[in-house]
Amino acid sequence: MASQEAGSLASKQRSEHDERRKAMPESVVGYLFVAPALFGFFMFYLVPTFRAFQISLTDWNLLRAPKFIAFANYGTLFADPKFWDSVRLTLGYVAYNIPIQTCLGLLIAVLADRMAKSVLLRAVIIAPYLISNVVAVLIWLLLLDPLLGLTNGWLEFLGLSREPFFSSPGQAMLSVAGVSIWRHVGFTALLFYAGLQSVPRNLYEAANLDGASEARMFWTITLPLLRPVLAFVLVTSVIGSFQVFDVIAVGTQGGPADSTRVILWYIYENAFKFNKMGYASAISMVLFSFLIVVTLIQMRALRAGHSDLD
Amino acid sequence: MTFLRRLSPGQILGYSILAIFVFVSLLPLWIAIKLAISLPNDVFRSSTSLVPPAATLGNFKRVLGLPSDVVLASAIASPINFALALRNSLIYTALIVSGQLFFSALAAYAFARMKFPGRDALFVAVLGATMIPSIVLFIPNFILIKDLGWINTFQGMVAPSILMTPFAVFFMRQFFISSPKELEEAAKLDGASPFKIFWTIALPIQKGPIATLAILLSINAWNEFFWPFLTGRDESVRVLAVALSDFLSQTGQGIPDWTGLMSAVVISILPILIMLVVFGRRIVESLQSSGMK
Repeated sequence: MASQEAGSLASKQRSEHDERRKAMPESVVGYLFVAPALFGFFMFYLVPTFRAFQISLTDWNLLRAPKFIAFANYGTLFADPKFWDSVRLTLGYVAYNIPIQTCLGLLIAVLADRMAKSVLLRAVIIAPYLISNVVAVLIWLLLLDPLLGLTNGWLEFLGLSREPFFSSPGQAMLSVAGVSIWRHVGFTALLFYAGLQSVPRNLYEAANLDGASEARMFWTITLPLLRPVLAFVLVTSVIGSFQVFDVIAVGTQGGPADSTRVILWYIYENAFKFNKMGYASAISMVLFSFLIVVTLIQMRALRAGHSDLD
Repeated sequence: MTFLRRLSPGQILGYSILAIFVFVSLLPLWIAIKLAISLPNDVFRSSTSLVPPAATLGNFKRVLGLPSDVVLASAIASPINFALALRNSLIYTALIVSGQLFFSALAAYAFARMKFPGRDALFVAVLGATMIPSIVLFIPNFILIKDLGWINTFQGMVAPSILMTPFAVFFMRQFFISSPKELEEAAKLDGASPFKIFWTIALPIQKGPIATLAILLSINAWNEFFWPFLTGRDESVRVLAVALSDFLSQTGQGIPDWTGLMSAVVISILPILIMLVVFGRRIVESLQSSGMK
């Protein structure tokens, strides 16, 4: 008797449970599934973006309560020679970085596509990209060390003069760019290589029959068809370059003589060394707006969404 | 030689450029290893050679806090304990990768399979988050973590990224969308709960992509510097990247303990090099098709 009762009770419970489960509409389940990720998005992406703007309208050192000063930080910023200096230095870094990285990446990709399609080669050339910026700059600090570095030893061996690299204001930014280029060229080449795989081979064969030279085929077939990949590479690498930080933080700390005080380092100093949260946020908002504009210009100039194959 | 003779001058030039490029890509990594196994006294003497005059594992023992026969003459031997930093990096990476994998896959599955109002707008918003420069977010996030009293704790270091990363959501959604849903629908008819369907049917099918994503996310988390540098400076939570940076800055104007520093560098890149050797094809192909981050 008792066991029968218990059994029917259990089945009753189970059927109630089933009903409740069926009653839960798909939309509710959907929201439940995305809830943790959306909470993370809301708390650490969406809200802070607005909060950064709000903070940029205040004078705040984290000790006293924030004082609302409207757009005064932005006014200060436009009259701040150190800010403009950091803009100039960052643009210089981007100007070293992007052309070399992109052209060299393209060259390696074309060569690998024509002569060495092995995965092993591609795995080797992305190795620098997979190690951290911190490690990359540490190794290059050693390689470029004025006294102990391999580079200076070899320069001397070749009868050239020793160079100070990181330790001179004139060469520090070039050295920082060199580290970034070393770390990124392989990855850039890999992306171009992937793009090259979608270029139809018969185009080259036809051009070959017409007697077109290698250079001509590159300019009239390869490059136009790579445009979407080129747009992706340029947009992401330009955005990344404007935000160079790790290499500076470990390698130069903005020096020597402020020669590598790029925008991100200047923001970091203001926020975390001088506790000027409002001012630092204002610079970061200006950087954000600037990057949006640069991205839109690049997308339009390169007609990123369309390949010439369509 | 017959191989070389068959090549045109253009091809010889091409192969030479590739060879030089591979050499320049790998040389710095080799030099780090060379220094790591050099005796500290040989550093200056052998600065231009590619192999150390004598090899030792003493530097590794030294930076890991183990008894070692290699001693530094000067007082610049750093007190940084890389065994602890290694442990911290493992904890930090494991937390972030497991959280990102689970929550991003969960969300990606809903974005791919379920219908709910605002779904596509939410997905676009999540992807749009990649456009925001990290420094914009770091200032308010730092203040939040500070207000919570979470500076120098693992929860503070992982909080902003453990629940999702736009890249992982995007990556997994692609795979869920392109996989057949017959099995899931059959299970639904049998009365299986949505989570059970996700966990026992939809997710196991994606073993390959999940493994790939886990590798990419691990490399990212392992290399992360800026946020841990802001929130995890205390030795008890300091990860390898931050410890390496502190190791160097403690040297000041003196000559750094290069052999110690490079042994720590080798310890920190070893897991990545091992992954590259074991999963090279998988890493190359996934980076090729999706980019990273």
